[in-house]
Amino acid sequence: MKFNSVGQIALVVAVCAYLLSVYFMASPVWMGFTINALIVAVIAQSWNITGGFGGMSSFGHAALYGTGAYASAILQVQYGVNPWLAFAIGIVAGAAMGGFIGALAFRYGLKGSYFALVTLAFAEVLRICASSFDITGGGSGLQLKLEPGIANLQFPDRTVVYTLLLVVVALVMLVTYMIKKSRFGAYLVAVRENEDAARALGIDTYKIKVQAMVISGAFGGLAGALYLQLWLFIDSTVVYGSAVSIEALIGPIIGGAGTVWGPLIGTLGLHLLGEGAKHLLPNAPGLNFVLYAIVLICAVRFLPRGLMGLAALIGTLKTRKDEDHA
Amino acid sequence: MLKLSGIKAGYGSMSVLQGLDLHVDKGEIVALLGSNGVGKTTLNNVISGFIRPTAGTVTFKGDVLNNRKPSEIVAMGVAHVPEGRKIFPNLSISENLKLGAFRRASSNISQNFDRVCTIFPRLKERLSQLAGTLSGGEQQMLAIGRGMMSEPELLILDEPSLGLSPIMVEEMFDLITKINADGVSVLLVEQNVMQSLGVAQRAYVIEQGRFVMQGEAATLLADPQLRQAYLGM
Ligand SMILES: Nc1ncnc2c1ncn2[C@@H]1O[C@H](COP(=O)(O)OP(=O)(O)OP(=O)(O)O)[C@@H](O)[C@H]1O
Ligand SMILES: [Mg+2]
Repeated sequence: MKFNSVGQIALVVAVCAYLLSVYFMASPVWMGFTINALIVAVIAQSWNITGGFGGMSSFGHAALYGTGAYASAILQVQYGVNPWLAFAIGIVAGAAMGGFIGALAFRYGLKGSYFALVTLAFAEVLRICASSFDITGGGSGLQLKLEPGIANLQFPDRTVVYTLLLVVVALVMLVTYMIKKSRFGAYLVAVRENEDAARALGIDTYKIKVQAMVISGAFGGLAGALYLQLWLFIDSTVVYGSAVSIEALIGPIIGGAGTVWGPLIGTLGLHLLGEGAKHLLPNAPGLNFVLYAIVLICAVRFLPRGLMGLAALIGTLKTRKDEDHA
Repeated sequence: MLKLSGIKAGYGSMSVLQGLDLHVDKGEIVALLGSNGVGKTTLNNVISGFIRPTAGTVTFKGDVLNNRKPSEIVAMGVAHVPEGRKIFPNLSISENLKLGAFRRASSNISQNFDRVCTIFPRLKERLSQLAGTLSGGEQQMLAIGRGMMSEPELLILDEPSLGLSPIMVEEMFDLITKINADGVSVLLVEQNVMQSLGVAQRAYVIEQGRFVMQGEAATLLADPQLRQAYLGM
């Protein structure tokens, strides 16, 4: 991976150092909270594929996350399907939902705020559906049976969970990196930068956008299925609620949309901030969202390219500038 | 090479092109002249597959293009440089150029890149500069260079001289001749009648969706009617 400044390298090193230090923290709180942040980092990377690289900002990534979680949960709870298989199908279900929403929205040429609103509407419709049918457990949600063991994809040991999540996040980032370096990634950026120009070059922009939604959906479904295996319980608000959609977009925007590291950096930064606030003011639930909103406003105003963009300005390295940003 | 026969097209219920026959042969520069709003861009969009004709056929080297997707048409060797310098302003010049190499093998990309750099030395000097910071004329060159990256046999240019200073216009037409000498046929859409007829072998004059004059450039240039209507002399 190529970084074009000392600042970016420092930022990435700091994040890696933090992730490593969690293994040695005396208090288990750190690991618990970082585990949550890592799952959010996956849905954030999901948003980053479409919103960051492709410029299609969604307000409804919960639609993908929830679909992955519910597909896996329904298969396990209602049909007794093997958890590994159910997990895999959760990813596929997320991808299918992404493709479906994309195909529909882009068929009608929805862009910008219209696309954002339609994705939001999808997530809300799915949330209401999930709370209304028996198969989804209705209002009471779905609970997996506690059966620890590798065969059931349930790991009671926190350190094991943490390590596995680190591997998953690394893989998701690797896939993102490969997308970024591929022709597909270049076309996706072209769509973001100037869709008319991209089309004039012969790029099938509709296809590229739908494909991006499918990949994003797979990541989103993965995040949802991970959440399920960790908590063994989901309900419609937890996985289809708008809090998920907000978490999905805020990390990449703070960290740097359209970069490989941005979603992880932004998500970790925000969660550290939220966690800190919780300790300082323990009697103010929801305070973290107030803080997120403030940070988001500041980021949009002062850091148009996120923390990665800011870090890029510090100690710029002499690279050929036509090599793109890491 | 490119052949249009009986092309009619429009937007919704409004018809713009009223039955056009046009052909571009291999190695030619053909000019398509006409004033604002007569359907020049519409005709380009029909050829590039963005608009489906309501009647008539478009063929390129014998293949019917009517129902082809724009991406397929580019892959077949027709590049379209749209009107209004549609570049990627936040990407560098080399990134812009590489994006033009749609569906080409990587080995050809570097070859095409070198070829474009030779034709457009101004771009070569600024490969890492962001495209949005180029001057208007340079942006137009970039758009054309990017079109060349797809290794076209036919290049369609929609008003390349629009908004350029007289010196830049000269340079632009020189470049078009250079590209043509490199073996690329050109369909040149222009309002700059004088300059276009200077570089083209043949030309069509369009008014309200119909060709009102066509023929050898030299003949048209001598035509009193055309001189009166388009050159004011
Ligand atoms: N997308 C569109 N929807 C509806 N009408 C359109 C559309 N694009 C063009 N038109 C109309 O079609 C007619 C021909 O437009 P066209 O863009 O082909 O003209 P042009 O010859 O390229 O003009 P110019 O030299 O100004 O670019 C005009 O009357 C225009 O208003
Ligand atoms: Mg036009």
